[in-house]
Amino acid sequence: MKYLDEYRNPDAARRIVHAISKVATRPWTIMEVCGGQTHTIVKYGIDELVPAGIELVHGPGCPVCVTSLETIDRAHAIASRPDVIFCSFGDMLRVPGSRGDLLQLKSHGSDIRVVYSPLDAVTIAAANPTRQVVFFAIGFETTAPPNAMAVWLAHKRGLTNFSMLVSHVLVPPSITSILQAPDNRVQAFLGPGHVCTVMGYQEYEPIARRYRVPIVITGFEPLDMLEGLLWTVRQLEEGRAEVENPYARAVRRDGNAASRRLINDVFEVCDRKWRGVGSIPKSGLKLRYEYRAHDASRLFEVETIETQESPVCISGEVLRGMKKPHQCPAFGTQCTPDNPLGATMVSAEGACAAYYAYGRYLNAGAIALQQV
Amino acid sequence: MCLGIPGRVVELWREHDILMGKVDFDGVLKRVCLEHVPDVTPGEYVLVHVGFALSQIDEAEARKVFAFLDGMEQLDELYVPSPDGEKP
Repeated sequence: MKYLDEYRNPDAARRIVHAISKVATRPWTIMEVCGGQTHTIVKYGIDELVPAGIELVHGPGCPVCVTSLETIDRAHAIASRPDVIFCSFGDMLRVPGSRGDLLQLKSHGSDIRVVYSPLDAVTIAAANPTRQVVFFAIGFETTAPPNAMAVWLAHKRGLTNFSMLVSHVLVPPSITSILQAPDNRVQAFLGPGHVCTVMGYQEYEPIARRYRVPIVITGFEPLDMLEGLLWTVRQLEEGRAEVENPYARAVRRDGNAASRRLINDVFEVCDRKWRGVGSIPKSGLKLRYEYRAHDASRLFEVETIETQESPVCISGEVLRGMKKPHQCPAFGTQCTPDNPLGATMVSAEGACAAYYAYGRYLNAGAIALQQV
Repeated sequence: MCLGIPGRVVELWREHDILMGKVDFDGVLKRVCLEHVPDVTPGEYVLVHVGFALSQIDEAEARKVFAFLDGMEQLDELYVPSPDGEKP
Protein backbone atom coordinates (compact mmCIF):
# COMPACT_ATOMS: atom_id res chain seq x y z
CA MET A 1 0.00 0.00 0.00
CA LYS A 2 1.10 3.51 -0.75
CA TYR A 3 -1.89 5.04 1.03
CA LEU A 4 -2.72 7.35 -1.86
CA ASP A 5 -3.90 5.78 -5.14
CA GLU A 6 -5.96 3.18 -3.28
CA TYR A 7 -8.07 5.99 -1.90
CA ARG A 8 -8.83 7.37 -5.35
CA ASN A 9 -10.36 4.20 -6.77
CA PRO A 10 -13.54 5.16 -8.69
CA ASP A 11 -15.18 1.77 -8.23
CA ALA A 12 -14.71 1.86 -4.46
CA ALA A 13 -15.99 5.44 -4.46
CA ARG A 14 -19.14 4.41 -6.31
CA ARG A 15 -19.80 1.74 -3.73
CA ILE A 16 -19.58 4.20 -0.86
CA VAL A 17 -21.83 6.64 -2.72
CA HIS A 18 -24.32 3.81 -3.06
CA ALA A 19 -24.06 3.07 0.67
CA ILE A 20 -24.73 6.77 1.42
CA SER A 21 -27.79 6.80 -0.81
CA LYS A 22 -29.13 3.75 1.00
CA VAL A 23 -28.73 5.40 4.39
CA ALA A 24 -29.92 8.92 3.53
CA THR A 25 -33.65 9.50 3.81
CA ARG A 26 -33.73 13.25 4.48
CA PRO A 27 -31.88 16.38 3.38
CA TRP A 28 -28.84 17.29 5.49
CA THR A 29 -26.41 20.20 5.50
CA ILE A 30 -22.84 19.10 6.24
CA MET A 31 -19.79 21.34 6.48
CA GLU A 32 -16.25 20.28 5.72
CA VAL A 33 -13.97 22.43 7.81
CA CYS A 34 -10.71 22.22 5.94
CA GLY A 35 -9.82 24.01 2.71
CA GLY A 36 -7.95 20.95 1.44
CA GLN A 37 -11.18 18.98 1.76
CA THR A 38 -13.12 21.72 -0.06
CA HIS A 39 -10.61 21.36 -2.87
CA THR A 40 -11.02 17.55 -3.01
CA ILE A 41 -14.82 17.85 -3.00
CA VAL A 42 -14.92 20.26 -5.93
CA LYS A 43 -12.06 18.65 -7.85
CA TYR A 44 -13.58 15.15 -7.76
CA GLY A 45 -17.18 16.35 -7.92
CA ILE A 46 -18.09 14.69 -4.63
CA ASP A 47 -20.83 17.27 -4.03
CA GLU A 48 -22.47 16.09 -7.25
CA LEU A 49 -22.00 12.37 -6.49
CA VAL A 50 -23.84 12.31 -3.17
CA PRO A 51 -27.64 12.08 -3.03
CA ALA A 52 -29.36 15.32 -4.01
CA GLY A 53 -30.63 16.16 -0.52
CA ILE A 54 -27.15 16.25 0.98
CA GLU A 55 -25.73 19.72 0.76
CA LEU A 56 -22.03 20.26 1.36
CA VAL A 57 -21.13 23.70 2.62
CA HIS A 58 -17.57 24.88 2.87
CA GLY A 59 -15.98 26.00 6.09
CA PRO A 60 -13.38 28.51 7.23
CA GLY A 61 -10.42 26.10 7.10
CA CYS A 62 -8.15 27.79 4.59
CA PRO A 63 -5.48 29.61 6.61
CA VAL A 64 -4.26 31.56 3.60
CA CYS A 65 -7.80 32.85 3.07
CA VAL A 66 -8.49 33.88 6.65
CA THR A 67 -5.15 35.64 7.27
CA SER A 68 -6.17 39.24 7.92
CA LEU A 69 -5.42 41.98 5.45
CA GLU A 70 -3.51 43.81 8.22
CA THR A 71 -1.19 40.80 8.57
CA ILE A 72 -0.64 40.60 4.80
CA ASP A 73 0.24 44.31 4.82
CA ARG A 74 2.59 43.79 7.74
CA ALA A 75 4.31 40.95 5.86
CA HIS A 76 4.61 43.20 2.84
CA ALA A 77 6.21 45.98 4.90
CA ILE A 78 8.72 43.61 6.53
CA ALA A 79 9.56 41.84 3.26
CA SER A 80 10.30 45.15 1.55
CA ARG A 81 13.16 45.93 3.97
CA PRO A 82 16.59 45.52 2.33
CA ASP A 83 18.08 43.77 5.39
CA VAL A 84 15.42 41.05 5.33
CA ILE A 85 15.18 37.65 3.66
CA PHE A 86 11.47 36.93 3.81
CA CYS A 87 10.52 33.23 3.67
CA SER A 88 7.03 31.94 3.08
CA PHE A 89 4.96 29.05 1.83
CA GLY A 90 4.25 29.64 -1.86
CA ASP A 91 0.52 30.17 -1.54
CA MET A 92 0.91 33.36 0.53
CA LEU A 93 2.81 35.15 -2.23
CA ARG A 94 -0.18 35.87 -4.43
CA VAL A 95 -2.51 37.12 -1.71
CA PRO A 96 -3.11 40.81 -2.42
CA GLY A 97 -2.68 43.26 0.42
CA SER A 98 -3.44 46.97 0.38
CA ARG A 99 -0.08 47.62 -1.32
CA GLY A 100 0.05 44.66 -3.68
CA ASP A 101 1.24 41.11 -3.10
CA LEU A 102 4.58 39.59 -2.12
CA LEU A 103 5.20 38.25 -5.62
CA GLN A 104 5.14 41.78 -7.04
CA LEU A 105 7.50 42.85 -4.29
CA LYS A 106 9.84 40.00 -5.22
CA SER A 107 9.77 41.07 -8.87
CA HIS A 108 10.88 44.52 -7.70
CA GLY A 109 13.98 43.02 -6.10
CA SER A 110 13.02 42.16 -2.52
CA ASP A 111 14.61 38.94 -1.26
CA ILE A 112 11.52 36.77 -0.87
CA ARG A 113 11.98 33.01 -0.88
CA VAL A 114 9.44 30.22 -1.13
CA VAL A 115 10.33 27.42 1.24
CA TYR A 116 9.00 23.88 1.47
CA SER A 117 9.38 23.76 5.22
CA PRO A 118 9.83 26.32 8.03
CA LEU A 119 12.95 24.34 8.94
CA ASP A 120 14.43 25.41 5.59
CA ALA A 121 14.08 29.01 6.74
CA VAL A 122 16.18 28.15 9.81
CA THR A 123 18.86 26.74 7.51
CA ILE A 124 18.76 29.99 5.48
CA ALA A 125 19.18 32.00 8.70
CA ALA A 126 22.23 29.92 9.66
CA ALA A 127 23.76 30.48 6.21
CA ASN A 128 23.09 34.26 6.24
CA PRO A 129 24.17 35.54 9.67
CA THR A 130 24.28 39.18 8.54
CA ARG A 131 20.70 39.21 7.29
CA GLN A 132 17.39 39.05 9.14
CA VAL A 133 15.45 35.96 8.10
CA VAL A 134 11.71 36.22 8.70
CA PHE A 135 9.33 33.30 8.21
CA PHE A 136 5.64 33.96 7.58
CA ALA A 137 4.07 31.44 9.98
CA ILE A 138 0.47 30.90 9.05
CA GLY A 139 -1.64 27.79 9.38
CA PHE A 140 -3.93 25.74 11.54
CA GLU A 141 -2.88 23.26 14.23
CA THR A 142 -1.40 21.02 11.50
CA THR A 143 1.31 23.56 10.72
CA ALA A 144 1.91 24.54 14.34
CA PRO A 145 4.36 21.71 15.19
CA PRO A 146 6.74 22.38 12.25
CA ASN A 147 6.57 26.12 12.91
CA ALA A 148 7.13 25.62 16.63
CA MET A 149 10.03 23.29 15.84
CA ALA A 150 11.63 25.96 13.64
CA VAL A 151 11.50 28.59 16.41
CA TRP A 152 12.63 26.12 19.04
CA LEU A 153 15.55 25.01 16.86
CA ALA A 154 16.60 28.56 15.95
CA HIS A 155 16.48 29.49 19.65
CA LYS A 156 18.53 26.44 20.61
CA ARG A 157 21.10 27.15 17.90
CA GLY A 158 21.34 30.80 18.98
CA LEU A 159 20.22 32.10 15.59
CA THR A 160 19.25 35.59 16.68
CA ASN A 161 18.64 36.61 13.06
CA PHE A 162 15.67 34.22 12.73
CA SER A 163 12.15 35.41 13.48
CA MET A 164 8.55 34.62 12.65
CA LEU A 165 5.51 36.65 11.74
CA VAL A 166 2.89 34.45 13.36
CA SER A 167 -0.74 34.35 12.30
CA HIS A 168 -1.84 30.93 13.49
CA VAL A 169 -5.50 29.98 13.75
CA LEU A 170 -7.35 27.22 15.60
CA VAL A 171 -10.26 25.08 14.39
CA PRO A 172 -12.43 24.44 17.49
CA PRO A 173 -13.16 28.14 18.26
CA SER A 174 -14.06 28.75 14.61
CA ILE A 175 -16.59 25.92 14.39
CA THR A 176 -17.99 26.92 17.78
CA SER A 177 -18.53 30.44 16.46
CA ILE A 178 -20.36 28.99 13.41
CA LEU A 179 -22.59 26.90 15.68
CA GLN A 180 -23.36 29.85 17.95
CA ALA A 181 -24.63 32.03 15.11
CA PRO A 182 -28.44 32.35 15.31
CA ASP A 183 -28.80 31.70 11.59
CA ASN A 184 -26.51 28.65 11.55
CA ARG A 185 -27.61 25.90 9.17
CA VAL A 186 -24.75 23.41 9.59
CA GLN A 187 -26.03 20.10 11.02
CA ALA A 188 -22.78 18.14 11.06
CA PHE A 189 -19.06 18.52 10.41
CA LEU A 190 -16.46 16.55 8.57
CA GLY A 191 -13.68 17.07 11.09
CA PRO A 192 -10.25 18.25 9.90
CA GLY A 193 -8.21 15.05 9.66
CA HIS A 194 -4.74 16.54 9.62
CA VAL A 195 -5.41 19.04 12.39
CA CYS A 196 -6.45 16.01 14.44
CA THR A 197 -3.24 14.08 13.70
CA VAL A 198 -1.67 16.73 15.94
CA MET A 199 -4.41 17.64 18.39
CA GLY A 200 -6.42 14.41 18.52
CA TYR A 201 -10.18 14.77 18.75
CA GLN A 202 -10.95 14.98 22.43
CA GLU A 203 -11.51 18.72 22.21
CA TYR A 204 -14.30 18.11 19.66
CA GLU A 205 -16.25 15.81 21.99
CA PRO A 206 -17.74 18.60 24.17
CA ILE A 207 -18.65 20.55 21.00
CA ALA A 208 -20.52 17.54 19.55
CA ARG A 209 -22.36 17.04 22.84
CA ARG A 210 -23.18 20.67 23.55
CA TYR A 211 -24.43 21.59 20.07
CA ARG A 212 -25.79 18.14 19.19
CA VAL A 213 -23.75 17.88 16.00
CA PRO A 214 -21.96 14.82 14.65
CA ILE A 215 -18.27 15.47 13.98
CA VAL A 216 -16.56 12.81 11.88
CA ILE A 217 -12.79 13.06 11.56
CA THR A 218 -12.14 12.83 7.84
CA GLY A 219 -9.14 12.41 5.58
CA PHE A 220 -8.41 14.17 2.32
CA GLU A 221 -8.62 11.60 -0.46
CA PRO A 222 -11.92 11.07 -2.31
CA LEU A 223 -12.57 7.74 -0.59
CA ASP A 224 -11.80 9.27 2.81
CA MET A 225 -14.25 12.08 2.17
CA LEU A 226 -17.00 9.74 1.04
CA GLU A 227 -16.41 7.47 4.01
CA GLY A 228 -16.56 10.52 6.30
CA LEU A 229 -19.85 11.51 4.68
CA LEU A 230 -21.25 7.97 5.08
CA TRP A 231 -20.44 7.95 8.80
CA THR A 232 -21.87 11.47 9.18
CA VAL A 233 -25.14 10.72 7.39
CA ARG A 234 -25.50 7.53 9.40
CA GLN A 235 -25.21 9.52 12.65
CA LEU A 236 -27.66 12.17 11.46
CA GLU A 237 -30.21 9.56 10.39
CA GLU A 238 -29.87 7.71 13.69
CA GLY A 239 -30.12 10.91 15.71
CA ARG A 240 -26.65 10.56 17.20
CA ALA A 241 -24.19 13.41 17.78
CA GLU A 242 -20.78 11.95 18.47
CA VAL A 243 -17.18 12.34 17.43
CA GLU A 244 -16.19 9.40 15.25
CA ASN A 245 -12.89 8.68 13.55
CA PRO A 246 -12.85 6.77 10.27
CA TYR A 247 -9.43 8.36 9.51
CA ALA A 248 -7.79 6.12 12.11
CA ARG A 249 -4.83 5.24 9.89
CA ALA A 250 -3.45 8.71 10.66
CA VAL A 251 -5.40 10.05 13.66
CA ARG A 252 -5.34 8.85 17.26
CA ARG A 253 -7.76 10.14 19.92
CA ASP A 254 -5.05 12.08 21.78
CA GLY A 255 -3.20 13.14 18.62
CA ASN A 256 0.56 13.46 18.74
CA ALA A 257 1.59 14.13 22.36
CA ALA A 258 5.09 15.35 21.46
CA SER A 259 3.68 17.83 18.96
CA ARG A 260 1.08 19.15 21.39
CA ARG A 261 3.79 19.59 24.03
CA LEU A 262 6.02 21.54 21.65
CA ILE A 263 3.15 23.78 20.50
CA ASN A 264 2.37 24.51 24.12
CA ASP A 265 6.02 25.27 24.91
CA VAL A 266 6.46 27.74 22.06
CA PHE A 267 3.00 29.23 21.49
CA GLU A 268 0.14 30.54 23.59
CA VAL A 269 -3.51 31.03 22.73
CA CYS A 270 -4.63 34.53 21.74
CA ASP A 271 -7.60 36.28 20.14
CA ARG A 272 -7.34 36.38 16.37
CA LYS A 273 -8.97 38.37 13.61
CA TRP A 274 -10.13 36.15 10.71
CA ARG A 275 -10.46 37.69 7.31
CA GLY A 276 -14.09 37.64 6.22
CA VAL A 277 -15.28 36.58 9.67
CA GLY A 278 -13.92 39.08 12.20
CA SER A 279 -12.30 38.60 15.57
CA ILE A 280 -12.86 35.27 17.34
CA PRO A 281 -11.77 35.02 20.99
CA LYS A 282 -8.99 32.54 21.77
CA SER A 283 -8.86 31.36 18.16
CA GLY A 284 -5.18 31.96 17.43
CA LEU A 285 -1.66 31.17 18.56
CA LYS A 286 1.15 33.64 19.20
CA LEU A 287 4.74 33.19 20.36
CA ARG A 288 5.27 32.98 24.10
CA TYR A 289 7.19 35.75 25.83
CA GLU A 290 10.24 33.47 26.19
CA TYR A 291 10.53 33.47 22.39
CA ARG A 292 10.01 37.23 21.93
CA ALA A 293 13.49 37.53 20.39
CA HIS A 294 12.10 35.56 17.45
CA ASP A 295 8.82 37.47 17.17
CA ALA A 296 8.88 39.52 13.96
CA SER A 297 5.86 41.57 15.05
CA ARG A 298 7.98 42.87 17.98
CA LEU A 299 11.22 43.22 16.04
CA PHE A 300 9.95 45.21 13.09
CA GLU A 301 8.00 48.40 13.68
CA VAL A 302 5.31 48.68 11.06
CA GLU A 303 3.05 51.67 10.72
CA THR A 304 -0.65 50.91 11.05
CA ILE A 305 -2.25 50.57 7.68
CA GLU A 306 -5.94 51.24 7.22
CA THR A 307 -7.49 48.35 5.34
CA GLN A 308 -10.83 48.07 3.64
CA GLU A 309 -12.60 45.01 2.30
CA SER A 310 -14.81 44.97 -0.80
CA PRO A 311 -18.43 45.83 -0.01
CA VAL A 312 -19.65 43.36 -2.67
CA CYS A 313 -17.75 40.31 -1.37
CA ILE A 314 -19.80 37.72 0.56
CA SER A 315 -16.81 35.65 1.72
CA GLY A 316 -17.87 35.99 5.37
CA GLU A 317 -21.13 34.23 4.61
CA VAL A 318 -19.36 31.63 2.46
CA LEU A 319 -16.89 30.89 5.28
CA ARG A 320 -19.76 30.30 7.71
CA GLY A 321 -21.66 28.04 5.33
CA MET A 322 -24.49 30.56 4.82
CA LYS A 323 -23.93 30.98 1.11
CA LYS A 324 -22.23 29.27 -1.81
CA PRO A 325 -19.63 31.04 -3.98
CA HIS A 326 -21.91 31.30 -7.02
CA GLN A 327 -24.48 33.21 -4.99
CA CYS A 328 -22.13 36.21 -5.03
CA PRO A 329 -22.82 38.70 -7.83
CA ALA A 330 -19.09 39.28 -8.28
CA PHE A 331 -18.15 35.56 -8.55
CA GLY A 332 -16.24 34.84 -11.75
CA THR A 333 -16.73 38.34 -13.10
CA GLN A 334 -15.38 41.15 -10.90
CA CYS A 335 -13.80 38.57 -8.61
CA THR A 336 -11.41 35.93 -9.97
CA PRO A 337 -8.24 34.25 -8.64
CA ASP A 338 -6.19 36.83 -10.58
CA ASN A 339 -8.15 39.68 -9.08
CA PRO A 340 -9.69 38.40 -5.83
CA LEU A 341 -12.04 40.65 -3.88
CA GLY A 342 -12.00 38.64 -0.70
CA ALA A 343 -10.83 35.80 1.51
CA THR A 344 -12.36 32.80 -0.25
CA MET A 345 -10.90 33.67 -3.66
CA VAL A 346 -7.30 34.42 -2.60
CA SER A 347 -6.05 30.83 -2.27
CA ALA A 348 -6.66 27.71 -4.38
CA GLU A 349 -8.17 26.13 -1.28
CA GLY A 350 -10.73 28.88 -0.78
CA ALA A 351 -14.25 27.79 -1.70
CA CYS A 352 -14.65 30.52 -4.34
CA ALA A 353 -11.29 29.79 -5.98
CA ALA A 354 -12.02 26.03 -6.02
CA TYR A 355 -15.42 26.64 -7.66
CA TYR A 356 -13.76 28.94 -10.17
CA ALA A 357 -10.87 26.56 -10.95
CA TYR A 358 -13.20 23.65 -11.68
CA GLY A 359 -15.72 25.75 -13.60
CA ARG A 360 -18.56 25.41 -11.12
CA TYR A 361 -21.52 27.70 -11.65
CA LEU A 362 -19.50 30.27 -13.54
CA ASN A 363 -22.52 31.04 -15.65
CA ALA A 364 -24.69 31.30 -12.57
CA GLY A 365 -22.38 34.06 -11.31
CA ALA A 366 -22.65 35.91 -14.58
CA ILE A 367 -26.45 35.63 -14.53
CA ALA A 368 -26.57 36.87 -10.94
CA LEU A 369 -24.48 39.86 -11.96
CA GLN A 370 -26.81 40.74 -14.80
CA GLN A 371 -29.70 40.72 -12.35
CA VAL A 372 -28.05 43.16 -9.97
CA MET B 1 -2.69 24.13 3.20
CA CYS B 2 -3.09 21.32 5.73
CA LEU B 3 -1.82 18.97 3.08
CA GLY B 4 -0.38 15.75 4.46
CA ILE B 5 1.35 13.35 2.12
CA PRO B 6 2.13 9.74 3.02
CA GLY B 7 5.71 8.71 2.34
CA ARG B 8 7.99 5.75 3.13
CA VAL B 9 10.90 6.31 5.47
CA VAL B 10 14.18 5.37 3.79
CA GLU B 11 16.87 6.53 6.18
CA LEU B 12 17.17 8.14 9.62
CA TRP B 13 19.82 10.31 11.30
CA ARG B 14 20.19 12.89 14.04
CA GLU B 15 21.01 16.51 13.27
CA HIS B 16 21.28 19.29 15.88
CA ASP B 17 19.96 16.63 18.26
CA ILE B 18 16.75 16.23 16.22
CA LEU B 19 15.62 13.04 14.46
CA MET B 20 15.70 13.66 10.71
CA GLY B 21 15.22 11.31 7.79
CA LYS B 22 14.90 10.75 4.10
CA VAL B 23 11.34 10.00 2.99
CA ASP B 24 10.30 8.56 -0.36
CA PHE B 25 7.13 10.05 -1.87
CA ASP B 26 6.60 7.63 -4.74
CA GLY B 27 10.05 8.30 -6.16
CA VAL B 28 10.60 11.84 -4.89
CA LEU B 29 13.00 11.90 -1.94
CA LYS B 30 12.68 14.64 0.69
CA ARG B 31 14.45 15.55 3.91
CA VAL B 32 11.89 15.32 6.68
CA CYS B 33 11.92 16.00 10.42
CA LEU B 34 10.92 12.77 12.19
CA GLU B 35 11.36 14.01 15.76
CA HIS B 36 7.67 13.51 16.61
CA VAL B 37 7.42 9.98 15.20
CA PRO B 38 10.41 8.59 17.16
CA ASP B 39 9.43 4.92 16.86
CA VAL B 40 9.40 4.84 13.07
CA THR B 41 11.78 2.49 11.26
CA PRO B 42 12.87 2.40 7.60
CA GLY B 43 10.15 0.94 5.36
CA GLU B 44 7.28 2.33 7.43
CA TYR B 45 5.00 5.13 6.25
CA VAL B 46 4.56 8.55 7.83
CA LEU B 47 2.20 11.42 7.09
CA VAL B 48 4.29 14.47 6.20
CA HIS B 49 3.24 18.13 6.26
CA VAL B 50 5.73 20.87 5.22
CA GLY B 51 8.75 18.67 5.82
CA PHE B 52 7.56 17.43 9.19
CA ALA B 53 6.13 13.99 9.99
CA LEU B 54 2.94 14.36 12.02
CA SER B 55 1.99 10.72 12.48
CA GLN B 56 2.87 7.19 11.55
CA ILE B 57 0.41 5.47 9.22
CA ASP B 58 -1.32 2.51 10.84
CA GLU B 59 -1.49 -0.18 8.19
CA ALA B 60 -4.18 -2.26 9.88
CA GLU B 61 -6.44 0.80 10.18
CA ALA B 62 -5.69 1.75 6.57
CA ARG B 63 -7.11 -1.55 5.33
CA LYS B 64 -10.43 -1.25 7.17
CA VAL B 65 -12.29 0.72 4.52
CA PHE B 66 -11.38 -1.89 1.92
CA ALA B 67 -12.52 -4.67 4.24
CA PHE B 68 -15.79 -2.76 4.62
CA LEU B 69 -16.13 -2.53 0.85
CA ASP B 70 -15.37 -6.23 0.43
CA GLY B 71 -18.03 -6.96 3.03
CA MET B 72 -20.51 -4.92 1.04
CA GLU B 73 -19.62 -6.87 -2.06
CA GLN B 74 -20.10 -10.19 -0.31
CA LEU B 75 -23.57 -9.18 0.77
CA ASP B 76 -24.22 -9.23 -2.93
CA GLU B 77 -27.51 -7.51 -2.46
CA LEU B 78 -26.07 -4.44 -4.01
CA TYR B 79 -26.41 -3.49 -7.54
CA VAL B 80 -23.90 -0.72 -8.06
CA PRO B 81 -24.51 0.87 -11.43
CA SER B 82 -21.37 1.84 -13.30
CA PRO B 83 -21.43 5.17 -15.15
CA ASP B 84 -22.23 3.56 -18.49
CA GLY B 85 -25.18 1.75 -16.98
CA GLU B 86 -23.71 -1.76 -17.24
CA LYS B 87 -23.73 -4.20 -14.40
CA PRO B 88 -20.30 -4.59 -12.83
